[in-house]
Amino acid sequence: MLFTPFPPPPRYQDVAQMDVDDDFDGAEAKMTSPGEILTSSQAFMRGHGTFVVDEEVIASVAGTIDRVNKLVSARPGGRSIASPDTDPRYNPEVGDLVIGRISEVGPRRWKVDANARQDAVLMLASINLPGGIQRRKLESDELQMRNFFEEGDLLVAEVQAFFVDGSMSLHTRSLKYGKLRNGQLVTVPPVLVRRLKSHFIALPCGVDLILGLNGRVWVSKHVHREENDGDESFDAALVYSNQNDEIDVSTREAISRVSNIIRVLADRFVPLTDALLVDAYEWAVDQECKVTEILHEDVADALAAAVVARI
Amino acid sequence: MGSRIEILNDGGLRSDGRRQHELRSITIQLATQGNADGSAIIQHGLTTVLAVVHGPREARLRSLTQHDRAVISVEVQVAPFSQGDRRRRGKGDRRTQELAASVKETFETAVQTHLYPRSEINIYIHVLHQDGGVLAACVNATTLALINAGVPMIDYVASVSAGTFSTSPLLDLTTLEESDVPNITLAVFPRTGKVGLLLMDTRLHVERFEEIFRLAAEAGKVIHEEMRVAIRTSTAGLVKAMGGAIVAGPGAGSSERATKALEIEDEEMVDA
Repeated sequence: MLFTPFPPPPRYQDVAQMDVDDDFDGAEAKMTSPGEILTSSQAFMRGHGTFVVDEEVIASVAGTIDRVNKLVSARPGGRSIASPDTDPRYNPEVGDLVIGRISEVGPRRWKVDANARQDAVLMLASINLPGGIQRRKLESDELQMRNFFEEGDLLVAEVQAFFVDGSMSLHTRSLKYGKLRNGQLVTVPPVLVRRLKSHFIALPCGVDLILGLNGRVWVSKHVHREENDGDESFDAALVYSNQNDEIDVSTREAISRVSNIIRVLADRFVPLTDALLVDAYEWAVDQECKVTEILHEDVADALAAAVVARI
Repeated sequence: MGSRIEILNDGGLRSDGRRQHELRSITIQLATQGNADGSAIIQHGLTTVLAVVHGPREARLRSLTQHDRAVISVEVQVAPFSQGDRRRRGKGDRRTQELAASVKETFETAVQTHLYPRSEINIYIHVLHQDGGVLAACVNATTLALINAGVPMIDYVASVSAGTFSTSPLLDLTTLEESDVPNITLAVFPRTGKVGLLLMDTRLHVERFEEIFRLAAEAGKVIHEEMRVAIRTSTAGLVKAMGGAIVAGPGAGSSERATKALEIEDEEMVDA
């Protein structure tokens, strides 16, 4: 009709053949944003955060460019090999410890909201039965699935595998995993939880911590774990119990204090580790500030500064 | 005419003192809502829009999920205090729904939804202040919020409104101008120059159309540049916060704010 298509603006053609090869070392981050041409697809392969049009690799997210040999990818936010991602969503990997909430009870499976792009799946076959018996799950088990986990229950689990559509499958086949009680949930950006040797931390103040890699932290009363972990003889009623134990006032205070400390540190973008939390707790006790005072702006700033200085 | 405000006076100035091809000043704030995956506030002059993005996440309604792609849902809220006469617009309001539908359709082509099967991307738009070009501001705010959320898109979507006063094209209309002159809202993908959205609420002479269409497309590129600078600045901040060094990536040279005044020169128009 009347119009011819617009010619592409000249400045893109100018930068089109940027040489990804030169001075590309891992410590420095090159930035990009959607629609920017990174390189030619003949010389390079496209990775995450990129797509190919007319033999050109184009970024689809704003962030940093990564290159591994012939693979070029763009990572959202400030993420690069040198610095982990700031993606607000959790990107699961097999073996990760996550804390999720049951969102749905389905046929032979639970749907679990674990802050990922899709709900995770917990198969009936991948939980421990009360009594610790190892056997095929029967129809009778299927009928009483709500006795194990109900909608809204919090649980800690491990990522077992992925389905073809990218959603993850969880399992709780260890005594360490299962339903959560006796505590409080704190949510932080997933970046702030780094992979540690153990994500089950017992703080000296009588508080247990579970750091989920999906950015959820469970702060609870300390429970003594039997040394013969993994043994068949565990108390079935307790594992799937919905009843909190008796928690005394000082423990409640300690739990709230730890929770507030985590909130404060997360607000100031400080990655969480066990040593850091112990430090922060000691600082809070030394300063004799009340539990709620930790959340006050000035106290919180002082806390973060004191803790970061000690690292 | 008499006491009526002149849309374009003899000196070539508009009612708010701008020239024909001059855009209003743009202010961008990113990541304003802490608990969202991405958010942005954009101001075009007095028009202020907040966009909030949640997702991709598990779809709230099973019936809506698509097995091969993410679905985009858009909700628009127009604040009662956003315009002169205080009026509460519910969710069912026709104009609000039309805004939402336009934004949704624009971004269904822009977002790479096939990467996130069976999930949902929720976009919540709040119109905080209206002074013309509300749809354009909604589109721009959504682009920024989606990029802020790390949602993969094929390109930015840059939108602007344009109209024609008699035979003189005008860019980025205010409410006053919008109610008086025939106008269009255009959204472009700046890399390819393709059009993502073209909305005509008023009757416009076919002879005038091509001129303002081209002008709006050109202005879209200027707006794209503004948004790119804002995104780049925020990315640099993030990289720095995570302890990385920054090197200028491709196209960094053009990110310099050469177009501070945001006025499109007439020579540029000839090139196009």
